[in-house]
Amino acid sequence: MTAETPPGAFSNMSLEMRAWNIRRKALLMGEVQGQGYIGQALGVADVLATSYFHAMDFQAEDPEWEGRDRFLLSIGHYAIALYAVLMEAGILPEEELETYGMDDSRMPMSGMASYTPGMEITGGSLGHGLGIAVGMAMGLKRKKNPAFVYNLMSDGELDEGSTWEAVMSAVQWKLDNLICIVDFNNQQADGPTRDALAVGAEAPKWEAFGWFAQEVDGNDLDALVAAFDAARDLTDARPRVIICNTTMCKGVDFLEAREITHFVRVEADEWSKALAKLEEGKPQ
Amino acid sequence: MTLASMARKYEPRRVAQTKVATSAMIASLAAEGYDTVNAPFGHALVELAKKDKRIVGLSADLSKYTDLHIFANEMPERFYQMGMAEQLLFSAASGLAREGFIPFATTYAVFASRRAYDFIAMAIAEENLPVKIACALPGLTTGYGPSHQATEDLAIFRGLPNMVLIDPCDAADVAGMVPAMVAHDGPVYARLLRGKVPSVLRKHKPDYKFELGKAQMIREGRDVLVISTGIMTMRALDAAVKLADDNVDVGVLHVPTIKPLDVETIRAEAAKQGRLVVTAENHTVNGGLGEAVATTLLTAGIAPQFRMIGLPDEFLEAGALPTLHEMYGLSVDKVAERIKSWL
Repeated sequence: MTAETPPGAFSNMSLEMRAWNIRRKALLMGEVQGQGYIGQALGVADVLATSYFHAMDFQAEDPEWEGRDRFLLSIGHYAIALYAVLMEAGILPEEELETYGMDDSRMPMSGMASYTPGMEITGGSLGHGLGIAVGMAMGLKRKKNPAFVYNLMSDGELDEGSTWEAVMSAVQWKLDNLICIVDFNNQQADGPTRDALAVGAEAPKWEAFGWFAQEVDGNDLDALVAAFDAARDLTDARPRVIICNTTMCKGVDFLEAREITHFVRVEADEWSKALAKLEEGKPQ
Repeated sequence: MTLASMARKYEPRRVAQTKVATSAMIASLAAEGYDTVNAPFGHALVELAKKDKRIVGLSADLSKYTDLHIFANEMPERFYQMGMAEQLLFSAASGLAREGFIPFATTYAVFASRRAYDFIAMAIAEENLPVKIACALPGLTTGYGPSHQATEDLAIFRGLPNMVLIDPCDAADVAGMVPAMVAHDGPVYARLLRGKVPSVLRKHKPDYKFELGKAQMIREGRDVLVISTGIMTMRALDAAVKLADDNVDVGVLHVPTIKPLDVETIRAEAAKQGRLVVTAENHTVNGGLGEAVATTLLTAGIAPQFRMIGLPDEFLEAGALPTLHEMYGLSVDKVAERIKSWL
């Protein structure tokens, strides 16, 4: 496999290119297993590109560097997307891409802190990330460490009561170093999130709790950059949330068109078609 | 509750001749004949926290009822009131541990074991994080009924990898376990005795000192070996004194650490010939100390005459604690009576 993007200092690489690379790596991993949460990975790629290559401070050679911004993947099944961005960031070697989901791999199907450098928490039991983020943000303040905690959660996790315990607590403790990112793709395991529990407009709910809330097109890089900047630059002593409306399978049109997208069925011959489709949209 | 008690729901009751009120949740455990120490957990934690800056305290609206208020009053800047939100309590404790702190998180044992289990399992135990969970109202120590009686907490947590489990007997255990919890690099679940806590063990064994993972003989005896934990060691010791009057010589092996179990000491003591072995615990007989000891002995081919004292596999009644201890066999008289009946 040729490395499309050697890890390291590509400070002049466009976010568009980063997002494209993330999508490509995720598709290659999906092809290894013949399955995966590829819809989520393609949908959230722009959010991850903005997080890692615009907003966050980290050191690729030292994933546990004390000054790093913490990025929590509450949604363990999005691991395929995080592995892609960790490779893109040079934290994971791209050579391991083909071990995805295999025995003895550092990249299991559901993300776990004990397996993977750069994976801060064990996600997957949904509704855990934001509460842990609250504790980490408290801890950083206690240490007078100016780093931010980013918690990436899904719209499905808005169903969990524990999420709302954490939402209240972050306001109580004035956690202005906490940025929650909600990937709102309106798909959970049994169907549309809006048909399950998360009815009603999202941003006003968080605002009512006391958060600084922004709702953006999560596949629009310019909008994401502006939202992340606003979240980081805000001087109010309150937590920040960016609700990112994303499209599942973004970038591969024939997958985008599929109705059931929580766990996308991709036939053996379709991976190369999907990669070809992505190739057509490669940024110049 | 038994089905028979449930069936009496619509049966009117009369005021009894002797009134025994339900003891309030905040009440200390009655232990006749023993001196008491006030809030040993809170004071031990303050002493340790003065030397160890990593220690912080969190509670889910139960600091006063877990003696954590002593710490909160002494070191308010190191205390987090998390509100009545146990899932958050343990998730946030996990976050603080990730940032290098040693959080002591307190609530009632029912809420930690039942309500917050997934958070303790996945946000704390799975990554072996040093969160110290200290929970009041273990087993049958309140008359409020099943909503507050943690009769199966040890069974729940025994199945959880990485988790260390402590069931203290008295003030010496409670004060002694606090530094041991910090010294252990990983998660710990400790049952808590709060308020005025009796001093039991040193009255029977003056040089007693809590050691994590160690079972200790508190009293020697030729006829019976009671292997006990938590407040049932106090009951066993009192029953032993009582049975001595009937020329029954009862030894008591105190096992304050339920996990990891001191397998060597338990096997060595149980292997001594000619003694009835009785386990005693303030917990359901399902999945607690008794079953752990039985497994430990059987797998080593040690098969003494063996009996278990513990709570039945039922949701327990509400009422006054002394009445309930009598009803469910945890009182000194009942323990002595049953041991005698097995000889």
